[in-house]
Amino acid sequence: MNAEWKWDFAFQILPQMLWATLNTIMAAGIGYAIAAVVGLLFLLGQRTPYKFINIIIREIIEFIRSTPLLIQLFFVYFVGPQFGITLSAWVCAMITIGLHFGTYLSEVYRGALEGVPKTQWEACRALNFTTLYTYRRIVLPQAFPIAIPGMGNYLVGIFKDTPLLSTIGVAELFHAATAVGGYHYRYLEPYTIVGIIFLALSIPAAMGIRKLERSVNKAQGKVKN
Amino acid sequence: MSYFSFLAEHGSTLLLGTVTTLKVLVCATILYVIISIIFGLMRVSNNSVIQGIATVYIEFFRGTSLLVQLFWFYYVLPFFGVSLEAFTAGVVAIGMNFGAYGAEIVRGGILAVPKGQWEGAHALNFSPFKRMKNIIIPQIFPIILPPAANLTVELLKATALVALVTVVDLTFEAKQINAITWLSAQCFGTALIIYYIISRFFLVPFLRWLEVIAARKVGRGKV
Repeated sequence: MNAEWKWDFAFQILPQMLWATLNTIMAAGIGYAIAAVVGLLFLLGQRTPYKFINIIIREIIEFIRSTPLLIQLFFVYFVGPQFGITLSAWVCAMITIGLHFGTYLSEVYRGALEGVPKTQWEACRALNFTTLYTYRRIVLPQAFPIAIPGMGNYLVGIFKDTPLLSTIGVAELFHAATAVGGYHYRYLEPYTIVGIIFLALSIPAAMGIRKLERSVNKAQGKVKN
Repeated sequence: MSYFSFLAEHGSTLLLGTVTTLKVLVCATILYVIISIIFGLMRVSNNSVIQGIATVYIEFFRGTSLLVQLFWFYYVLPFFGVSLEAFTAGVVAIGMNFGAYGAEIVRGGILAVPKGQWEGAHALNFSPFKRMKNIIIPQIFPIILPPAANLTVELLKATALVALVTVVDLTFEAKQINAITWLSAQCFGTALIIYYIISRFFLVPFLRWLEVIAARKVGRGKV
């Protein structure tokens, strides 16, 4: 084993790594879409008229938020077969990511809704708007810009957590790096390339989110310096 | 096999793993707090070189995945002649990764101290070091502790990753027991519950207590 960086080896494995990156992006994208919907369900679950249900949903959210994603992945992946349900690694991964980050996104939604001043609600009541109309035209347009930074951060967060999926055999970038590294018995280049690809994708994403945040704020007439 | 006989047989192993998890948690937390303070201060420095170094560090560690960093520390550093033990590699990777997030929190805390405090210290002719140490730093704790508490809970969850570089922690033990018995629901379920108990009933109340103390120290607490 020597510490030299081998360019020819790096270029030899690069196409394979870039292909696997597509899987990573796909996993992050699908996972995020599911999480966004699940988050909405969790939010609604906490706002039912029945206090008992609200408390239970709240506690479930607490539980999911305070336990590691890795064990949740193992749990979903291994427990199904014990009861005769066999799901593919991809399905398990998407379920787990959806549930785990859904709890985070529900908090983002909740914060955004609560960030809309109460006076807006009162004004809508005074003007005799229906609840639906109030949400659609008054509350949600104002809540959305508040939610954008949080939602964006979790998109990047999901992206950075996708390497965990390799532990249950989802063929994403990190899985490919481990496979290539094991085959050639050289881990320096594969893992470094993974790091570079992650940097190359997540820094522009974070910058894009900041830009989006600014432009939405501007469109709303709230200019942050 | 009932759940109780499962616990009787494997409970002690899981508890041993829990001790390792707690060790990783404590060591990584100490490391991340130190790194956060150093890089947070560097980030607000007037010297652009120092500030640049801190920015590169923070962007690098926040831009890549913790698992990638962990594997890099454990599998790639030996190429450069630095062989870390699995436990050390885990603690260093987690500490450095969370240190980058913590540094941003510290920076935000420093910038959130009211301008009047800076000007007051200036007017009283405090040296920059004394101003930081006696005026600014004591005031940032009530500001940074709530986000730092969230980060520490995240850190507890992140300690599960060290199992993937062969540290024998709770996750590792759960995986081992699963491989022997195939009672997945029991062993991973128990592990999830242990993490939940640590976080919900020990870590979070402790951090809330720290927040109350910090608020009281600067005279903002409810007596």
